[in-house]
Amino acid sequence: MAVAAKKSPAPKAAAPRAAAKRSDKPVDKLDFSKEQELAAYRQMLEIRRFEEKAGQMYGMGLIGGFCHLYIGQEAVVVGMQLALKQGDQVITGYRDHGHMLATGMDPKGVMAELTGRRGGYSKGKGGSMHMFSIEKGFYGGHGIVGAQVSLGTGLAFSNHYRENGNVTLAYFGDGAANQGQVYESFNMAELWKLPVVYIIENNKYAMGTAVNRASAQTDFSRRGTSFNIPGEQVDGMDVRAVKAAGERAVEFARSGKGPYILEMLTYRYRGHSMSDPAKYRSKEEVQKMRTEHDPIEQVRARLLDKGWASEDDLKAIDAEIREVMNAAADFASHDPEPDPSELYTDILR
Amino acid sequence: MPTEILMPALSPTMEKGNLSKWIKKEGDTVKSGDVIAEIETDKATMEVEAVDEGTLGKILVPEGTQDVAVNTPIAVILADGEDASAAVAPAPKAAEPAPVVAAPAEPAPVAAAPAPAAPAVVSAPAPEPEVPEGTEMVNQTMREALRDAMAEEMRKDGDVFVMGEEVAEYQGAYKITQGLLQEFGPKRVIDTPITEHGFAGVGVGAAMAGLKPIVEFMTFNFAMQAIDQIINSAAKTLYMSGGQIQCSIVFRGPNGAAARVAAQHSQDYTSWYSHIPGLKVVAPYTAADAKGLLKAAIRDPNPVIFLENEILYGHSSPVPKLDDFIVPLGKARIARPGKDVTLVAWSIGMSYALKAADELAKLGIDAEVIDLRTIRPMDTETILASVRKTGRLVTVEEGWGQSGVGAEISARVMEGAFDYLDAPVLRVYGKDVPMPYAANLEKLALPNVQEVVEAVRAVTYR
Repeated sequence: MAVAAKKSPAPKAAAPRAAAKRSDKPVDKLDFSKEQELAAYRQMLEIRRFEEKAGQMYGMGLIGGFCHLYIGQEAVVVGMQLALKQGDQVITGYRDHGHMLATGMDPKGVMAELTGRRGGYSKGKGGSMHMFSIEKGFYGGHGIVGAQVSLGTGLAFSNHYRENGNVTLAYFGDGAANQGQVYESFNMAELWKLPVVYIIENNKYAMGTAVNRASAQTDFSRRGTSFNIPGEQVDGMDVRAVKAAGERAVEFARSGKGPYILEMLTYRYRGHSMSDPAKYRSKEEVQKMRTEHDPIEQVRARLLDKGWASEDDLKAIDAEIREVMNAAADFASHDPEPDPSELYTDILR
Repeated sequence: MPTEILMPALSPTMEKGNLSKWIKKEGDTVKSGDVIAEIETDKATMEVEAVDEGTLGKILVPEGTQDVAVNTPIAVILADGEDASAAVAPAPKAAEPAPVVAAPAEPAPVAAAPAPAAPAVVSAPAPEPEVPEGTEMVNQTMREALRDAMAEEMRKDGDVFVMGEEVAEYQGAYKITQGLLQEFGPKRVIDTPITEHGFAGVGVGAAMAGLKPIVEFMTFNFAMQAIDQIINSAAKTLYMSGGQIQCSIVFRGPNGAAARVAAQHSQDYTSWYSHIPGLKVVAPYTAADAKGLLKAAIRDPNPVIFLENEILYGHSSPVPKLDDFIVPLGKARIARPGKDVTLVAWSIGMSYALKAADELAKLGIDAEVIDLRTIRPMDTETILASVRKTGRLVTVEEGWGQSGVGAEISARVMEGAFDYLDAPVLRVYGKDVPMPYAANLEKLALPNVQEVVEAVRAVTYR
């Protein structure tokens, strides 16, 4: 079990907790049924295989510009998505491929956007950082660090205004958590009791800067304390822990009590973007996370342990997923580029 | 010596106010700091405190008097032993031309330049094409016209709401949202904290979800905190989403110089927003345009930057009495037809242009004045058609010259009507300095009528 092993880099994280609400945190029952384990395994593996394929295609020159991979953090979006219902909304920053796949967006459309083709979700005009699907409740895909926090608060505002019972998940990283507009948003969300869950994906590095070099308070779950927003730290490598915390937070927001903060302790295996050699951390650190805390391996081990799946069953799932990702890559390589006339469309409606 | 109490200016742009109530009566003893009267301005009701001590000898302006010009004597305070009869000497001049607060009686450094503030009544003809023949016209201030536009659209569409600092309980820092809270309630008229970056983002997010926010900035100077959300989120998302996510939102508030508020509160952002594809930019001059354009902006599916002008808020002009008066975005208006030279202006720039046209008429120069109204998309055709007729162009704006709107108009005219030009295009614009505070320097920094006249004389060689 990885739960106890997760720690933020700074010792401050163990400081006394100010928010009284946090002490009420129940001990989560982490048991997943066989179906739940298998579904989580499949979804996380889809994201991983997609990202590996994207990395490969980037290397081949098929994907340009920035490409921020989500490998290592899969349990966060998969676990959170399990806490949502139809009509809820998701918004995030630029490390967004995992979020899109988790909301059910088609890998073909996402991959074709990465390659800048007409079949991409944004017709090739957005790229890796800018995709949207109103149908799936996914509102981007935003490239300005922290902007999605205000925007997500606005989505929650719309739910509050319409009294439709929907909740918004606003994801951001430990880096964005230091942007001023995050706190402007916290203030308004609590003031107006907006149905929003702020999910801080703490993967320990804001680009190349370790959390403790950039943050005076490294326990991000406490960043809402002065606004009276409850928060908790979650083992973001364990999909079961994520789901349990997610359900608690979403229920809180949906019931009209206002915003909730979940700090997901997670880790990205790859660099910040494709061009990042990741010299700011040791190979051993990465290797340790991969071998001891990998979100997919944890599920895999449980499935095998409990006899819910055989090695062959899991291999078959993997093969199936590879097939889907190969088809997506193939589509994204051969789909035509947007028609030149698209240059001047979608500027105004 | 009896001391006169003058009608005070209670805001940088106040020209007149209503004397709503006398708290002290004639014969009352008055101490420094006593509240003696209540004065209602276009923004708020304020208490007037006595500065001098003595007896309230004579009330010169009775309570209930409307539109008392700033600096009009309203009462006389007598020192011990003085007689009221000695005090009646300076009779109140009823509603004389409002002395502009910012223009003290000192020799104007710009020779012959009338004060830059526009007259109380805008002398623009009512917009012709949008109004059917025989429509009744009602004089309204731009302030009232803007409020009516919002109220009408909020009645029509439940998705429209207004948010900003002091828009609800305070009734608007400039009283543009007066009465909206009472009619629509706190759910649709929302006081925000002082948090421009944050609430601009919240507004844009709500618009992405399909609501139609009107985001009021107390002034566009503060919107610089929010400009990332306006440009990166509001203006670009439709494109970045391949047409999926629209953002129907209006950002509105006063823009540019008010009076005597110095560099950080006086900037004109017209050219900044005009630069951005994905935005529409509107800057009305008349009350009718303010109303019709704001209604169109609220209905528009795109983000619209609606640039108002604090000095124009209190100015009245005819507004058509129609159930649903709309002025389409992107259409300029020929405010004054002419044949010798084209003047293009918008917002308060129009006040210089129209006054200059009057001056020029005395010199025998017949100027055509175009009120651009919408800066983006720009009605280039109306400008080109006029220049093809007149062969000469002068642009007028309060913003800075470099990369200004006038520079853009000049380039478009060179590209589209070069062969028709009989003289180089000239631009009149704000001086290339941060706005100074001192009254004389501020006046120098802003464009003035004389500069427009001189520019026209240069391009007409007269």
